Amino acid sequence: MKTALALRMKGAGYLGEWQLALPLTLAFASLFLAPLLLLFGVSFFNDDKLTEPGLAQWGKFFGDPFNYKVIADTLLLGVKTVAATVLVGYPLALVFIDLSARLQRVLLFVIVMPLLLSVVVRTFAWIVVLGHEGLINTLLLRLGLIGEPLKLLQTELGLVISLTQIEMPLMLLPLISVMSRLEPNLRDAAAALGASRWRTLFTVIVPLSMPGLVAGCLLVFASSTTAFISQTVIGGVRLIYLPLVIWQQSLVVFNWPLAAVASMALLVSILTVVAALSYLGRRASGAIHG
Amino acid sequence: MARRRSFGDISYGIVIGGLALLALVIIVTPVVVVLLMSFGEGQSLKFPPTGFTFRWYAELFDASQSRQIHRAAGNSLEVAALSTLFGAVLGAMGALGLARSRSRMARAADSFFLSPLVLPGIAFGLAALMYFTLVGLRPSLGLIIAGHMIVTVPFIVRTTAASLSQLDPALNDSSQSLGASWFYTLRRVTLPLIAPGIAAGAFLAFMSSIDNVPVSLFLSTARTDMLPIRMWGMMESSLDVRIAAISGVLIAAAFLLMLFMEWTVGLTRRMRE
Repeated sequence: MKTALALRMKGAGYLGEWQLALPLTLAFASLFLAPLLLLFGVSFFNDDKLTEPGLAQWGKFFGDPFNYKVIADTLLLGVKTVAATVLVGYPLALVFIDLSARLQRVLLFVIVMPLLLSVVVRTFAWIVVLGHEGLINTLLLRLGLIGEPLKLLQTELGLVISLTQIEMPLMLLPLISVMSRLEPNLRDAAAALGASRWRTLFTVIVPLSMPGLVAGCLLVFASSTTAFISQTVIGGVRLIYLPLVIWQQSLVVFNWPLAAVASMALLVSILTVVAALSYLGRRASGAIHG
Repeated sequence: MARRRSFGDISYGIVIGGLALLALVIIVTPVVVVLLMSFGEGQSLKFPPTGFTFRWYAELFDASQSRQIHRAAGNSLEVAALSTLFGAVLGAMGALGLARSRSRMARAADSFFLSPLVLPGIAFGLAALMYFTLVGLRPSLGLIIAGHMIVTVPFIVRTTAASLSQLDPALNDSSQSLGASWFYTLRRVTLPLIAPGIAAGAFLAFMSSIDNVPVSLFLSTARTDMLPIRMWGMMESSLDVRIAAISGVLIAAAFLLMLFMEWTVGLTRRMRE
């Protein structure tokens, strides 16, 4: 049996190698592409029994100004999380490339570890940190910096702080992988030519690390805008983002067409930002190498 | 080469170093805080915890008190193991099939296989629920396994493709010119060399299946409860300190697994590629 298979495959030679990708292609076509097309199709029904085709749900969703606010809030949450992860993550990557190989391994372990911890665990951890009697409030109260506990849970600030930690590995991994391949002599050359370290950072290192930075921003943006558990648990019920709308409409109200419209809104707005970012990234790296 | 340290250089050191330190504190603190909480005596999530007790762990491991958690954890493990197994076979085959091709089709297929990484999982979860329901399938662990495989297989495709790109094509050619069949070459030359890459990807896929929320949220039912969904339910209803104990167990498991993977296949090195 094994030899028969081997003989058949030998006959096919190199030319047949692509056929190895067929099972995965079939799985993706039937379990990934088909459901997404169906989702698109379901959005064009007026009623939740899916009997009457029409654009009623699109009209309902986009006729309600509240939903525009939800979309804007969702995208803004992504932008704020990206900004926060870049602000603290980029310096950490800069420090990382200057460390010895041994320390790099330790630091990388510390960075990757939270990525492998359940998002639910990380979300729970932030409840303990941000809570009324949590770490931050206890610390600030004991230091005498505040008179009474700050409200951090169920605020956007608390959510952005939490998402910064939750999504940080997605920013750091692509950044570190690009930055450790930078030619170290470039920085010495810039210094020898009299550039300050700040100038070297902004005119040499940042442009050259652009592909990693863009990749990190894409992953953090896509992940934070759809982080349903963190958004609902830390954000609470008053902060409403698109994933919550999709969940409510599909599993609480059982209005599948409206949930499908909300999903399309989420998909299109995220993919637009992702496409724009990767276009900018390609242009930025093209400007250096081209 | 001695260089005068100017004000700019000092401010650079302070600002960059300070922000990097802040990043480290943000990354590490929550993990430490949860571990401390899980050994605290208090009923509420007050920090710092008072006293020291194994009570929450004892309650967690008690079969009668935590039956639902045990069942959810069992389901999660089963789904992660099987979706990773299928994903490793299909994903490695897919990466092998596309590795040598530079055609437009192959590159398109490659981005197609990686697209679940950026596509909102919640949209796919809802799509899968509608699809399976309208096709007439009843909710089952099998469907969750299929859904998890789709969203976790990109990790395997990516790491396998990375190890294949570092493989010397001459090895393949010499094996074949010495008379080895295509299949024999694959089995005795290529696979052993890319096995660490497949293993690293499979590990990431397994961990991300254990962690998956968006697909499980839509496809799991009371009978096929999954651990993250159960924990979410526990967090939304009563802030049960057992969640801290579950977190403690998951932190320890992730830590040990990661040490093991680092030691065997150099996981972090592969994630940088």
